[in-house]
Amino acid sequence: MTSELDIFVGNTTLIDEDVYRLWLDGYSVSDAVSLRVRSGILEQTGATAAVLQSDTMDHYRTFHMLERLLHAPPKLLHQLIFQIPPSRQALLIERYYAFDEAFVREVLGKKLSKGTKKDLDDISTKTGITLKSCRRQFDNFKRVFKVVEEMRGSLVDNIQQHFLLSDRLARDYAAIVFFANNRFETGKKKLQYLSFGDFAFCAELMIQNWTLGAVDSQVADMDVDLDKEFLQDLKELKMLVADKDLLDLHKSLVCTALRGKLGVFSEMEANFKNLSRGLVNVAAKLTHNKDVRDLFVDLVEKFVEPCRSDHWPLNDVRLFLNQYSASVHSLDGFRHQALWDRYMGTLRGCLLRLYHD
Amino acid sequence: MPGKLKVKIVAGRHLPVMDRASDLTDAFVEVKFGNTTFKTDVYLKSLNPQWNSEWFKFEVDDEDLQDEPLQITVLDHDTYSANDAIGKVYIDIDPLLYSEAATVISGWFPIYDTIHGIRGEINVVVKVDLFNDLNRFRQSSCGVKFFCTTSIPKCYRAVIIHGFVEELVVNEDPEYQWIDRIRTPRASNEARQRLISLMSGELQRKIGLKVLEMRGNAVVGYLQCFDLEGESGLVVRAIGTACTLDKLSSPAAFLPACNSPSKEMKEIPFNEDPNPNTHSSGPSTPLKNQTYSFSPSKSYSRQSSSSDTDLSLTPKTAPYPQGPRIYLCPSSPSLSCGSLHLKKSCLLLSESSLPPHHSSLVSPVLRKSVSFSEELFLAASGMGSGSAGKEGGPFKALLRQQTQSALEQRGGSPHRFCRRREFPFFTLTAFPPGFLVHVGGVVSARSVKLLDRIHNPAFVGIMGNTRSYKLLDWNSFNSDEPETRDAWWAEIRQEIKSHAKALGCHAVVGYSESTSICEEVCILSASGTAAVLNPRFLQDGTVEGCLEQRLEENLPVGCGFCHIPYDELNMPFPAHLTYCYNCRKQKVPDVLFTTVDLPTDATVIGKGCLIQARLCRLKKKAQAEANATAISNLLPFMEYEVHTQLMNKLKLKGMNALFGLRIQITVGENMLMGLASATGVYLAALPTPGGIQIAGKTPNDGSYEQHISHMQKKINDTIAKNKELYEINPPEISEEIIGSPIPEPRQRSRLLRSQSESSDEVTELDLSHGKKDAFVLEIDDTDAMEDVHSLLTDVPPPSGFYSCNTEIMPGINNWTSEIQMFTSVRVIRLSSLNLTNQALNKNFNDLCENLLKSLYFKLRSMIPCCLCHVNFTVSLPEDELIQVTVTAVAITFDKNQALQTTKTHVEKSLQRASTDNEELLQFPLELCSDSLPSHPFPPAKATSVDYSSFADRCSSWIELIKLKAQTIRRGSIKTTVTVEKASPMGEGNFRNRSAPPCANSTVGVVKMTPLSFIPGAKITKYLGIINMFFIRETTSLREEGGVSGFLHAFIAEVFAMVRAHVAALGGNAVVSYIMKQCVFMENPNKNQAQCLINVSGDAVVFVRESELEVVSTQQPTANCQPSCTGGEVTT
Repeated sequence: MTSELDIFVGNTTLIDEDVYRLWLDGYSVSDAVSLRVRSGILEQTGATAAVLQSDTMDHYRTFHMLERLLHAPPKLLHQLIFQIPPSRQALLIERYYAFDEAFVREVLGKKLSKGTKKDLDDISTKTGITLKSCRRQFDNFKRVFKVVEEMRGSLVDNIQQHFLLSDRLARDYAAIVFFANNRFETGKKKLQYLSFGDFAFCAELMIQNWTLGAVDSQVADMDVDLDKEFLQDLKELKMLVADKDLLDLHKSLVCTALRGKLGVFSEMEANFKNLSRGLVNVAAKLTHNKDVRDLFVDLVEKFVEPCRSDHWPLNDVRLFLNQYSASVHSLDGFRHQALWDRYMGTLRGCLLRLYHD
Repeated sequence: MPGKLKVKIVAGRHLPVMDRASDLTDAFVEVKFGNTTFKTDVYLKSLNPQWNSEWFKFEVDDEDLQDEPLQITVLDHDTYSANDAIGKVYIDIDPLLYSEAATVISGWFPIYDTIHGIRGEINVVVKVDLFNDLNRFRQSSCGVKFFCTTSIPKCYRAVIIHGFVEELVVNEDPEYQWIDRIRTPRASNEARQRLISLMSGELQRKIGLKVLEMRGNAVVGYLQCFDLEGESGLVVRAIGTACTLDKLSSPAAFLPACNSPSKEMKEIPFNEDPNPNTHSSGPSTPLKNQTYSFSPSKSYSRQSSSSDTDLSLTPKTAPYPQGPRIYLCPSSPSLSCGSLHLKKSCLLLSESSLPPHHSSLVSPVLRKSVSFSEELFLAASGMGSGSAGKEGGPFKALLRQQTQSALEQRGGSPHRFCRRREFPFFTLTAFPPGFLVHVGGVVSARSVKLLDRIHNPAFVGIMGNTRSYKLLDWNSFNSDEPETRDAWWAEIRQEIKSHAKALGCHAVVGYSESTSICEEVCILSASGTAAVLNPRFLQDGTVEGCLEQRLEENLPVGCGFCHIPYDELNMPFPAHLTYCYNCRKQKVPDVLFTTVDLPTDATVIGKGCLIQARLCRLKKKAQAEANATAISNLLPFMEYEVHTQLMNKLKLKGMNALFGLRIQITVGENMLMGLASATGVYLAALPTPGGIQIAGKTPNDGSYEQHISHMQKKINDTIAKNKELYEINPPEISEEIIGSPIPEPRQRSRLLRSQSESSDEVTELDLSHGKKDAFVLEIDDTDAMEDVHSLLTDVPPPSGFYSCNTEIMPGINNWTSEIQMFTSVRVIRLSSLNLTNQALNKNFNDLCENLLKSLYFKLRSMIPCCLCHVNFTVSLPEDELIQVTVTAVAITFDKNQALQTTKTHVEKSLQRASTDNEELLQFPLELCSDSLPSHPFPPAKATSVDYSSFADRCSSWIELIKLKAQTIRRGSIKTTVTVEKASPMGEGNFRNRSAPPCANSTVGVVKMTPLSFIPGAKITKYLGIINMFFIRETTSLREEGGVSGFLHAFIAEVFAMVRAHVAALGGNAVVSYIMKQCVFMENPNKNQAQCLINVSGDAVVFVRESELEVVSTQQPTANCQPSCTGGEVTT
């Protein structure tokens, strides 16, 4: 006696959250069944393995049919085939677009192309995430990227509107899209200590301040591309370190203000010029695409690592950066105050976030 | 020319990409009704076209309006080649044809293609302007309401229940026409869908005409079925109960008929058939004196099936009515009760016996002239005695004569001539309180027929050129053949009628008909419950009363229907009677089987449960007549076994009555399957069932003895466990009170297993054992052992779950509002090697049990809940395949209040009845005071009466008010609503507003349930019947996820299309939903599969009771709005 056909169709589509998770995680039906068995569900419900098998198959089939709709979530809301309560629809979408931290760290800033897709095998082996799940996550990134890439208006809003994601998840996707578009390098060894959250935080600040959308909200790609003009202008900041008087003045202003407030004052005083040179040079280099990509590497190399080696406490870093950016306003010979604020305001936020072990 | 149909095509969305180059579609729409077609403009390059067409107007006869579906085809425009079809939508406009139902159909419909499934949606608005037609001779029956619900629909009141209506329409199946060889599968499927739609429309119209003729205005319990007879054609047939219904919201319409107190419950002497031409009344008197013996009641033992073979000559054979007939009657009339008799009579009327001039090419009589009719009589099943039905010779003769006369008459006269009051059948399963007086028991009849072409060569010769889609008018001179099918059914109905009469009953309730077809053999089945009804509800003379029936003035609460309808001294069969445990005045049987729902006033102890008997029998493959003979031979054994199983399982559960019994016998190439489902309950009025005892046949073997006693212990334990599980603890009654006629506290009866193949042994068994010890299972071979085992292997549902196949679960009445309707299908392949009956039985049993287990597991999140209306359907699509389809609804209930005394149960159920009907309560109230004089007036009613005072005035307000409540909640207070109660447009507006088809809204929820009600809600309006037929075919089965993926998607699509139609009618639920057919065929080698599904139900509008309260608190403000001029009101 073999089962040829075995289906269950409810007027309201039944969604089992546990099975959905297993499906999203890319387990095969048989793996899912054995995982479910291990969860003790048989004992709780008195069911048999055959029942579990049939149930799992059924859910997998449903999810498979829903997947097409999940690729364009508004379709899921308007379709008539599956009657699903709104709360469940939201859950389906949110979980489908959720991603693994380990996976996103691997692809963040990479080009979402076929080439990267081929590397998914390695990523799967490295992270222990099933290839199927890697593919789904990768395809999600790529799909969102494609849809919002050339769209007007706020990136987060666009993502939310077209994929019906929660605010939190939409922001994450905005970061992913932003990183993918600008191809920021995140995979270097010295960046390994950073989490996706750190990058997402930076991305949000950069989107808010450094993109076209920050000046003009009606441009295509406004939130995705950095403001080229702004990057060009950043060269002007170079005088802060090139002009020796300006640099000395800047240093004395900062040191005067921070004396006695900083635990690592002497180290700061000794390192000021190096640090300042580092931060300003990063800005000046951003005209080159290559250097834009290395932004995070440079920030860590030029600022985070020196401070960390001198054991600066986070609070001291904050005090320093605040003073460092504020003091420029008192430099009479420096004319690019607005430019400096646009640059440093974002950078300060990023650096503070990046500064941890 | 009394109707104008107006259609507007608004927009489409989610269309498929038809042009690969642009990834877009150039879509346009064809709107077709009858022979008229309109087209929209082509909307270029869009997957979401906005046609916004003008109103397409069709001026049509109302006859066509009823028959024809509106056909909307979406196409992709192609400049260079033929336009590609994207898909179609068929809209049944019937709901627009009666005044109270829907006024507009407007909404998004899935665009359906039989090869690709749903491909996007289209927004359509449909309206009908109907002009009154007072022509008496009209062919249409607009205005007759149809309900699938098998009870009087909520918010209606039955003024008169007229009785049975039936009709059938036949045609050739397009799938089997020659043209099918050259057309595409899509064209063929669409031809079939369209034809069936047309045929159902015609059928419904014809039934409507009959109803009008009976002066009714509605059909309740309407059941329409298709018989796909393959080569021999397509039959669409329907049965229903004609009624005159009153909308409860119109107080003025109250008729005295219903107000009359039950004092007038006098027997109206019935004359069976007002029509003198009918001979059928003749037999009724002689019947009583017949010596036919039914099988003994107590002895469950013997199947007494009579098979009488009788040549069923169709009326058209009138030229030689006494045609060659071989009648074998091996049994003598004096047969002692119950021995198993199988008589076969083969009537061989070979073609050669036809007079030469009736060459098969010309003669209109061309039925292939062999017909096997196996009539099984299970009349006495109600008595717990299994089946009875050995009629004596004279009786048989009489019956035959009767049938014959009826048939002859039918053949000779136009079909409508005498049918009207011919069959006192009711397709209802639940009744107004007081309607059901007594219940006799289940009556059923089956007949095996050989199919042949409905259109014989002569016919085709004449009409050959029009044979394609043109419906055949079978009233025309030479269209006699449909009468064959008609005659077959008439024969069976006649049989049922006489069985009922034998049980002292004048009517059959819970009546249903079904067929099972395999190749050219067809089993026709009919079953129902013999009953005595309260004539007060029936039209004068419609139903004959039974003279002996003793109808009390005041029926005792909750037990009246259990009392035997037949004469105790002159019982149709030896039955074991006791005084009613409830009123102690009347006699009751020890076990009661019925096909109806549990009456609301019945007193039940504990809870009920689903009881199933499952059975398979192998059969040799054979052709035509030999096959029919083999099946006829097997049928009585199957019936007997099924009853044995049912009885055993019932006893094992410690219960004494079955409701909703449905026995399905399915025929396949090499086997027969029997599946009986029913809901077991413990009726307080009936005696406590005895236990089951096991007896070994070889008592000398020690170890065997031990084994037996072990088994016995297990059985006793199971019974005790079940009693606890289902909370069956009837009050102890001392014997003195009960009175003498109770022979012994324990019913002693004896069951002797008949080994199915050795009928010789059977005759010597002692069956007169009314007073022997308990119910004995004799274990004489491994076969029997298996059976006992299988009894014990039925696992009860996990805790928190209950199941039943009736509308509601006896003993649970605090339903909460969560419901989940589902369909589950399983197909298993049997290993073809050395199949035995036992292995087959085990496979089948496992299949059903596993299916149930899966359901319990899947629905575990709903615990505590009950699976209601569990409906199993078995089919045998191929040699080694068994397909089981289950449709049911899971309803949650409140555990805390789950324990109710029976007393409150009665109250509750009454309350339920009254709240269901709360729009107008006079009717139920009156009945309460009549039949339950001592019953306290439930205080809850006061409020509902209060409420009804406003609600009945304008049920459409409720929608309006609800809507306003919503808008208020949303905060947009400035909404302006035009209140035009009378105008259909106005209502349409409300609807649109509550579910605006704008892009941002999500899809409105449409509930579906096989029940006639929605827990926690009140049905405010019936919008019309939903009756849909779909075909889906694929040539890329693997790509669509194999058979499971294919069928899963298809069923989901069917649900979606039903929901979309309901939503477009303005409804939010389908009640009495049923999947009548799910025919699945696959050919994995060719990567192909095809499936046909037929579903039906009633589209309704319901309002949550909680929302109703909100509404009623707003009543004062709401009230004044519509009562002012009806112009614009701003809230």
